[in-house]
Amino acid sequence: MEKKDYVMKVSGRRPEKGNYLVPLFKGLAYTLKNYFGKPITIQYPTERRKIADRWRGLHRLKVDDQGKLKCVACGLCAKICPPQAITIVPYEEEGGTRYPKEFIIDEIRCIFCGFCQQACPKDAIELTKVYDYVDYHREDFKFDIEKLKTPEKFIFTGK
Amino acid sequence: MIEFTIILLIKTLVVFGVSMLIVAYSTWIERKVLGLVQLRHGPMRVGWHGLLQPLADGVKGFMKEEVIPDNADKPVFVIAPIISIGAALSLLVIIPFGDTVTIMGREITLYLTDLDIGILYVLAISTIGSYGCMLGGWSSGNKYGMIGALRAGAQMISYELPMALAVISVVMVCGTLSLVGIVQSQAGLWNIVKQPLAFFLFIICGLAEINRTPFDMPEAEAELACGFNVEYSSMKFALFFMAEYCHMFIFGSLVTTLFLGGWHGPLLPGPVWFFIKTFAVIFFCVWERSTFPRYRYDQVMELGWKILIPAGLLNIVLTGLWMVIFNI
Repeated sequence: MEKKDYVMKVSGRRPEKGNYLVPLFKGLAYTLKNYFGKPITIQYPTERRKIADRWRGLHRLKVDDQGKLKCVACGLCAKICPPQAITIVPYEEEGGTRYPKEFIIDEIRCIFCGFCQQACPKDAIELTKVYDYVDYHREDFKFDIEKLKTPEKFIFTGK
Repeated sequence: MIEFTIILLIKTLVVFGVSMLIVAYSTWIERKVLGLVQLRHGPMRVGWHGLLQPLADGVKGFMKEEVIPDNADKPVFVIAPIISIGAALSLLVIIPFGDTVTIMGREITLYLTDLDIGILYVLAISTIGSYGCMLGGWSSGNKYGMIGALRAGAQMISYELPMALAVISVVMVCGTLSLVGIVQSQAGLWNIVKQPLAFFLFIICGLAEINRTPFDMPEAEAELACGFNVEYSSMKFALFFMAEYCHMFIFGSLVTTLFLGGWHGPLLPGPVWFFIKTFAVIFFCVWERSTFPRYRYDQVMELGWKILIPAGLLNIVLTGLWMVIFNI
């Protein structure tokens, strides 16, 4: 009677027992090569990944030569803002100068799309490259005018 | 007599201090090498390139809360880490760091004692060390701990044998059981050339004996959480940890002593050569840890009983034949 092989062969490439000595040494060579290689991680606060020039980070309200805000509180940025993160309370003097009494950006709501920068007729708001702001409370992420003037001081240095 | 006592006291303190320093810094070596192999940096923050990390870890170990589980067998639970570290430290006594030196007109040997049965002492005491693992796992009242302890026991018993067989062939070649004598007999040719198979066996069994990866059955992280020391915290855990790294240092120095010629080497003084070789072995321990996956438990047993013990016996027979034929 013909003998049939009913055992299904799962994988033809499985090494037989005792045949794993060469792969072990190959593995050792590979790890040794990695050991002398350069680490691909970076030491974050002191060493930073290079980011694009067009990076959109925290907002800055620009000031003119006299140190006054360029913003005239027209409200276009607040209007175009998709998540409605910008709140502006305008104030108008007798002479006709108009400036924001309050200018609050909720950085948690903000999606950093950069529409406010593009909509602004006075070139008064821009997105900086600062991306590592940390704080403890939700209220701290509602940036007022003072915080929006100097986003650079929020760069994390590890101190 | 007083002079002898003072010299012995100083030597003991130096050996203890240096060994503890090496134990502390082999954790640093381990983390650093593992990091670099995995293309990371390893510890970098505490001190230059993380060099003060072992001190920070030590302080952390002392500060942690000490927990003894309710269903633990308390006296055994407390005594287990002490057995573990005690056995590890008492092995330091017979390690020959270097030859005799003359300081201020006195001949000082760079080892604590030279036992006539040095290597037998090593085999005996290192088995006692495994009682630490077994008692610790058994008494902690935890199923992971118990399985870890069972595995520790089985593995230690299985790998003692081929280790002893590998050592026997070295002893046959050197004609002495004393570690100092073994080193002295290697002045011309190192034992690794005379006994390559025994060297290979000793490395494998040693790795199993000190519970390092491919054979870290007693504390397989993925299967047993942490193995026999799962319920231990604070300084008791640190003692187990220190015992493990102390065993690694002792394993390094034993490989150096038995196979790599001990303190022999050109140009540099003896102890320097000893430490260079020992650290090379420690580096190998970490290197292979970063490379090899863990053996399955039954495969560990199979390798031990079916391959290593016959290979060890064969090596003894071959050594005997070689000695008879060449009339050594």
